[in-house]
Amino acid sequence: MISHETIEKNIGLLIVLTILIVSVGGLVQIVPLFFQTSTTTPVAGLTPYTALQLSGRDIYIREGCVGCHSQMIRPFRAETERYGHYSVAGEFVYDRPFLWGSKRTGPDLHRVGGRYSDAWHVAHLLNPRDVVPESNMPAYPWLDRPLKDAAIQRKMRTLNVVGHGYTEQEISDAPAALDGRTEIDAVVAYLQVLGIHAPKN
Amino acid sequence: MSDFTHGFWPIYISVLTLASIIGTWVFLRSQTTRKLAPGEKPELMKHTWDGDLQDLNNPLPRWWLGLFYGTMVFAVVYLLLWPGLGSYPGLLKWTQIGEYEAEVRKAEAQFQPVYAGFMQQDVVTVAANPDARAIGRNLFLTYCSQCHGSDAAGARGFPNLTDGDWLYGGDPDTIRATITDGRSGMMPPMGEALGAQGTKEVANYVLSLAGRPHDAALADVGRPKFAENCAACHMPDGTGMQAMGSPNLTNNVWRYGGAEAAIIESITKGRNGVMPGIDQTLGTTSNKEAKLHLLTAYVYGLSQKQ
Repeated sequence: MISHETIEKNIGLLIVLTILIVSVGGLVQIVPLFFQTSTTTPVAGLTPYTALQLSGRDIYIREGCVGCHSQMIRPFRAETERYGHYSVAGEFVYDRPFLWGSKRTGPDLHRVGGRYSDAWHVAHLLNPRDVVPESNMPAYPWLDRPLKDAAIQRKMRTLNVVGHGYTEQEISDAPAALDGRTEIDAVVAYLQVLGIHAPKN
Repeated sequence: MSDFTHGFWPIYISVLTLASIIGTWVFLRSQTTRKLAPGEKPELMKHTWDGDLQDLNNPLPRWWLGLFYGTMVFAVVYLLLWPGLGSYPGLLKWTQIGEYEAEVRKAEAQFQPVYAGFMQQDVVTVAANPDARAIGRNLFLTYCSQCHGSDAAGARGFPNLTDGDWLYGGDPDTIRATITDGRSGMMPPMGEALGAQGTKEVANYVLSLAGRPHDAALADVGRPKFAENCAACHMPDGTGMQAMGSPNLTNNVWRYGGAEAAIIESITKGRNGVMPGIDQTLGTTSNKEAKLHLLTAYVYGLSQKQ
């Protein structure tokens, strides 16, 4: 047994032992998640975000939507009654970074895809009070401007490094897919695919 | 069936977890000073600071030491009862989804009798029942109010459900079909076909149909253009066609606004009123049929004179 005195007087050994002790939690709870089928296999039908959806997702991040909206329906009846099927890990395989959030000032958005019409989303983002008078969500009128995402091809290539599998064709078509679209088009395209591959019972 | 991709991982987790517990136990034992005998002086440490400051190696208070061991015992009991050690399910066989399903079953048992009573009645009867309306209102606020408003009076582009004017029909079966599968209205843009002046003329004719202030000269020129371009869906007299969801233009009910400018915009760009079906949202929730029944009744009742 190493004596207390040896550890205290040998700073290098103290650092190594401290790191070892602190990392046990991560080694046991985080590392094995990378080797589980349910966390690494996409659910049936799930595909990587298209160029437009990916741009919309970045606007979602830029505008801080995740600060008020979670994307994680927990397996509680009160949540599944309101939002739909609880979220499962395989639905987030192409979410980098994930946007689960940790605070709900507004409702959860994981099953918002297909729940409202595109026109509703546009009206709601430009001024939420136009459709929901009780809403306290801020308006995002500036989203109605041309979408400029010069980095879209680099983003797709970077995501390919971690296995999103965009083809060369998809990457070369990306700028054309964004051409002439507005930021609000991109955000709505992203919102409309959120959670649409819920497990079927 | 283990969720892990390789049999190594459950063992890895179990060994690290148990080794940590045993390791802390051994470490604590090795660092514990034995309890002093009555009257025995604690050991004096060898160092001295500032000339005369010295340390005594007193043992830890026993109750405190007991807390340390208590956490270890707690950990072992927890790992026996609940899942934690690799793929071992725990003696209680608890799962997150099992707990969720039990919660749903409990609620179903509680609400099923209430729903079953309403399911035996037709929509018109249910719509007149205050208890059913209270449930229906909760469902409406959860699933419908975002577009149709919490008072069901709609918003610009989203129909008012309280005025008795129906795009697709207000009988119970049609309402239920609308709620379940949604609707997809499609008015094509007519701006290019009509031209700016033609659009203005048709807009004034539409204003005249609804009895709103209009330019009679323009409306007269617009009348044949309406017959040619619009009457196929809105009918020659402008009263609309519920089979297609084309609105009645004569009753002064406006989804996108009844001012000349709003009508010109509608004609020029067309309108696509889309209502997503609730089927997907209700998806796997419990008592889906009963919810549809109660919602149908609530929506039906909104425009009935009480």
